Amino acid sequence: MKIIVSIKQVPVRDSQLRIDSNGRWIQENDLSFEINEPNAYALEEALQLKEKHGGEVVALCAGPARATQTIREALAKGADRAIHIEDDALASADTLGLAKLLAKAVEAEKPDLILTGLQSDDLGNGQTGVVLAELLGLPHGTIIMQVQATGQSIRVKRELEDGWFQHVDMPLPAVLTIQSGINKLRYATLMGIKKAKSKEIKRLTAAEMGVSSEPVAVLERVYLPLRSKQTQLLTGTAQEAAAKLVEKLKFEVRVI
Amino acid sequence: MSILVVMEQRGGVWNKMSWETLAAGQQLAKEMSLPLTVAFLSDDVDKLAAELATRRISLILPLQHALLKSYTADGYTVALEQLIRKASPRLVLFPHTYQVRDFAPKVATRFQQVLISDVVGIRIENGIPTYVRQLFQGKLNADVTLAGPGPHFVSIQAGAYRADHVEAGQAAATDVMTPELSASQIRQTPDEPFRESARAVDLTAADIIVSVGRGIKDKENISLIADLAKALGGELAASRPICDSGWLPMERQVGSSGQTVSPKVYMAVGISGAIQHLVGMKGAKTIVAINKDANAPIFEVADYGIVGDLFEVVPALIAEVKKARG
Repeated sequence: MKIIVSIKQVPVRDSQLRIDSNGRWIQENDLSFEINEPNAYALEEALQLKEKHGGEVVALCAGPARATQTIREALAKGADRAIHIEDDALASADTLGLAKLLAKAVEAEKPDLILTGLQSDDLGNGQTGVVLAELLGLPHGTIIMQVQATGQSIRVKRELEDGWFQHVDMPLPAVLTIQSGINKLRYATLMGIKKAKSKEIKRLTAAEMGVSSEPVAVLERVYLPLRSKQTQLLTGTAQEAAAKLVEKLKFEVRVI
Repeated sequence: MSILVVMEQRGGVWNKMSWETLAAGQQLAKEMSLPLTVAFLSDDVDKLAAELATRRISLILPLQHALLKSYTADGYTVALEQLIRKASPRLVLFPHTYQVRDFAPKVATRFQQVLISDVVGIRIENGIPTYVRQLFQGKLNADVTLAGPGPHFVSIQAGAYRADHVEAGQAAATDVMTPELSASQIRQTPDEPFRESARAVDLTAADIIVSVGRGIKDKENISLIADLAKALGGELAASRPICDSGWLPMERQVGSSGQTVSPKVYMAVGISGAIQHLVGMKGAKTIVAINKDANAPIFEVADYGIVGDLFEVVPALIAEVKKARG
């Protein structure tokens, strides 16, 4: 089974975000980056499927030069090789523009299965996998909590709202967007890190792939959200703040 | 040109968020001086169409086909594409449900468009809508616009508009459409939805909920929050990552994929407040947040907040609660 895992690099979760002077994005130069969490689960799922059924896992990543680090980590965890779409146009690309690039790279590989995360922690559009499937003419399933491969088809468990689930069968090749928590993430071993250094990373640009598109969606401005509620901040030492909170719970909220 | 709202139903029951999206559609139709049309997909549309007929809607466009009985991404996309080509709306609005996340980006792609997902607000300036959505799990907002004449595709976040603002109106005309749809176009074969097991814990009945998030760092530390819940006489709950890690069972999860609660007091400890969590608890009467990051989105909905290290604040709080209880 040949599996492509599409991964994205995002700022680490607890980053203190500062808005860039142009007001259209964040300041990236002092941030650290990591693999987008649902993508980490997608990669793990691909590695487990390969261990079960044999085949190959190819990591696919569109992003600036710094994404190389995240790609190396995917290789260290066990991906066999990687494709890095590195292009300046990515910064202003919308979901469709990005998915067109990914689709072009995937097409050339003819995989049996394409996995990605259900959404990114930065933009949170939650659409790349679905748009990719449509561009490739493949069936898809989203928010997947289990994957069983059975020859020419797969059976997946989709998460629905409010604790509901649903099994869905579909033929291969297919695109799945993986939900966090589907499996237990592995760490890269020292041997894996060593091996990763000699694994292939193929670099592609939009021009080389002959893909160009004008964005339909334009991000005009980013800003801090307005608070919908006036939060009463209880200050002081931990003891003082705790005592103030208990006062509030006793005399204002009346639950103690 | 019109505004088209796509409502969601399952087994003849409306998804609650559909009404919020209808309210958004009515407001936009007014602001943009466009007629409002409403579509939905089902194998049996009459009863549902009748329920819509008492609302202020210009035209109801049900899509009816035996193959639309169960939801599939392929079936819904094929059917909706035909309706949108025929109705050629300026703007298509969806509720941002798990189902919409599964098919709406596919529909938009068929029109070489991009769905603006999870929108929390829409401003109209000179007749042009600007869509507000959240980035970085709610830490930042973004204004997004869509170029070109459309049709434009937008999904609306839970709670962004109010279902009780839906306006009543004269019975609208209904024009049932039967899409050209064959079984061979549908590649997904879905089973019936199911729940893992009967829920042993009903968080919706609790008056006080103490909920724990990533800030707790380690499974061993969960007992600290359990002690706080016990001292307050409340139920222990968690955000998704805690349940993903297996530190607490899934049945204690609050959020879009877990339970939706509205207790008297919801205490969020070490929870940053990603939207998937907020939709499950923002109906609480009083929200208390304890978090080390003063910029965490949880403080946007909190009535009381303590910015500090939970490992210092929670033990102090347990002691104070016990003291107050005597």
